[in-house]
Amino acid sequence: MGLVNDVPLQWFLALSLYMFVLGAIGVMVRRNPVVMFMCIELMLNAVNLTFLAFARYQPSGALASGDVPTAMAGQMMVIFVMAVAAAEVAVGLGIITAIFRLKNRADADDLGSLRG
Amino acid sequence: MLGRGIFQAVFGEFLPILLLMLVAAVVAGAMVTLSWVLGPKKDTPYKSSTYECGVTPVGNAIERFPIKFYLVAILFVLFDIEVVFLWSWITVFKGATIQYQVFSGVAVGIYLVLWIIGDAYVIKVGALEWDEEPQVAPEKLLPTPVEAPTIAAGSHS
Amino acid sequence: MNVNALIPTVDWRALAPFTIVVCTGIVALIIEMLRPRRNNNLVVGVSLFGLLVAGWSLFGMLGGPSDESFAGMILNDRFGQILQLVMVGSCAVCFLFSEPYLREKRIPFAEFYPLALWSTAGGMLMVSSKHLLMVFLGLELLSISLYCLAGMSRYESKSEESALKYFLLGSFASAFLLMGIAFIYGETASLHLGRISEVLGAASASPLSTIGAAMVLVGLGFKLALVPFHQWTPDVYQGAPTNVTAFMAAVSKVAALGALVRFLWAIGTLDTVWFPLMWWVAVATMTVGNLAALVQNDVKRTLGYSSIAHAGYLLVGVLAAFSAPGRVSLDATAFYLISYAAMTIGAFAVISLTASGQHEGTRFYDVRGLWKRAPWAAGCLVVFLCSLIGIPITSGFFGKLLIFQAAFDAGLPALAVLLAVNSAISTYYYLGIIQAAFVTEEGAVAPRFGKPSASLNLACAVCLAGVLGAGLFAGPLIRGMGTAEVGPPVGVPVQDPLTIHTKNTSD
Repeated sequence: MGLVNDVPLQWFLALSLYMFVLGAIGVMVRRNPVVMFMCIELMLNAVNLTFLAFARYQPSGALASGDVPTAMAGQMMVIFVMAVAAAEVAVGLGIITAIFRLKNRADADDLGSLRG
Repeated sequence: MLGRGIFQAVFGEFLPILLLMLVAAVVAGAMVTLSWVLGPKKDTPYKSSTYECGVTPVGNAIERFPIKFYLVAILFVLFDIEVVFLWSWITVFKGATIQYQVFSGVAVGIYLVLWIIGDAYVIKVGALEWDEEPQVAPEKLLPTPVEAPTIAAGSHS
Repeated sequence: MNVNALIPTVDWRALAPFTIVVCTGIVALIIEMLRPRRNNNLVVGVSLFGLLVAGWSLFGMLGGPSDESFAGMILNDRFGQILQLVMVGSCAVCFLFSEPYLREKRIPFAEFYPLALWSTAGGMLMVSSKHLLMVFLGLELLSISLYCLAGMSRYESKSEESALKYFLLGSFASAFLLMGIAFIYGETASLHLGRISEVLGAASASPLSTIGAAMVLVGLGFKLALVPFHQWTPDVYQGAPTNVTAFMAAVSKVAALGALVRFLWAIGTLDTVWFPLMWWVAVATMTVGNLAALVQNDVKRTLGYSSIAHAGYLLVGVLAAFSAPGRVSLDATAFYLISYAAMTIGAFAVISLTASGQHEGTRFYDVRGLWKRAPWAAGCLVVFLCSLIGIPITSGFFGKLLIFQAAFDAGLPALAVLLAVNSAISTYYYLGIIQAAFVTEEGAVAPRFGKPSASLNLACAVCLAGVLGAGLFAGPLIRGMGTAEVGPPVGVPVQDPLTIHTKNTSD
């Protein structure tokens, strides 16, 4: 516990921002939809880390509306982000497998039939 | 030093983070770009073989496995997440008042019922059947106006 | 431990429309589960009935006092109710013409109906909450269902591609939205927009909250297809099945606009930062959307770009309301949303006729001779397109006029003029569609059309009634929209968009 207390908030934020930027670059650079999607998941995990870090560093005893500790909001958000990420995994992989079935390969560069 | 002072004033203690973000962007971008630009591209068949020394590999490393695994994996992930909610709920549930236990119990009950409906749907459409390909039943194309007067006129015969 | 265990106020009445829509989706899914080898008529019937009930319950709530329940997560106010009504109505009209279209394309998955219902429910959640968690959940419920729907036509690679594009870009954008929410949470220690607005108002703008707000705006701007983030729109609109496109164009735009208004309200004190930015975004959105639409040769794609332009017009209305609180209200924007939903869905409904026996061509030359095969639908198409242009007596005209006036009154004459110029430009490509539909001579390959079904004609009639009715009764509708006559001064902010519900935020 003591160890965690010694880590300043900035370090958590730095790590999460690093992950976020890495993920964002990955989405833009990589061409395989599965890898792009993994990068998006990395970004979402960075978001989770940010929320938890901010929640952890709420002043103790700080209450929001309805006497709920302000830290709760961030922690609650993380659970929902995880759930939504799982739902996105389900749908995303479903779409990618559907494309595999249709084309026998999946690559973002193949997605060229929609041009204007 | 003046420039740093301004940044310090604007970003305060978050300046290091901003810098780190920039460094992360530059490093990640540089790694990808430089290896692409500087990397020697002498592509001989020997070089592109899997192991330059050692056993010659047999078969294709990118072996295709049935796409069904994805489906099972997806369902697994969803079950995984179901537990996250239950777990956090039970953490609060333990020490709560009886009113809250009843209230949240009902809420979680609704949540679980929705889960069960979803699971029933998964089984019913045959997502767990290994050999079957789900597809549209041909009967869906047939209009039977008796059943739903709302759109009595089916599309075509 | 007991400090966490508080039972929030439960106001089922406020949540009733949302619950009804979700439950209808579940019932529809169960019906499909129980009788998978039957046609979808019963599913459609049940879905329409559910939407009717939801709409009725919303209608009953109109004019009531606005309040928050469920620990501040559900907000029940007039602005939200009107937007929810628009979404429920849009979904119902889409259902009317979906079944014949899906059968014609040989993709009659009954799952379309529950997914679309849940998507609508997500949109309803987005506009009826001031809690960022709920806004996020609503957005994801809306989007994830839409990803599935866009890829519903499984044998068509363009449908799958559009789904993948939409999915990748959409989740990319929601990651930004979430990071923005996280920053704002870090700054204000709250996810409730009312509380956020208080905290941000009390302190000077910090970089954390500014960057956070910018990231949230990126996420919402993506959903609304504002210009730097619009690239997905034409592709997805073109690739997705036409009924899904219609649904997407109406429902997700209404929902995103509602959420945007609420969010801008919360960060109102940062307006020195976001207002110039959004001003330029509005300019770019209107212009780029219209100019790009000029060079398209696909009807769905053209309408996709046109929807970008319309998002720009809507943004002008929103900006006008925010820059002159007290003098300019959001009524014009809300009215424009209603007419936009009716005319867009109507246009897409008519275009869905180009599907015939598993084939669907939506290029301009594929709609040649439409007026011969389906005179009623073609006639309706003319009205919808006239409304999209903004020709008098249609609701599109009054909508644009109102937004134009609002922009002038708010002291944004540049935006008003640009809106007018852009409307003039847009005439060209809308007339192009009309011309294509009315060309008599048929080329080497005769276009193929599905037979217009009664339900499609009904859908056209409903949209036509919406477009013309809202045009003819624009005055009463506008007055009813606001709160001058109906109900206490809450809801759509006639007075001041920056102070709606501040009294409700602190409980």
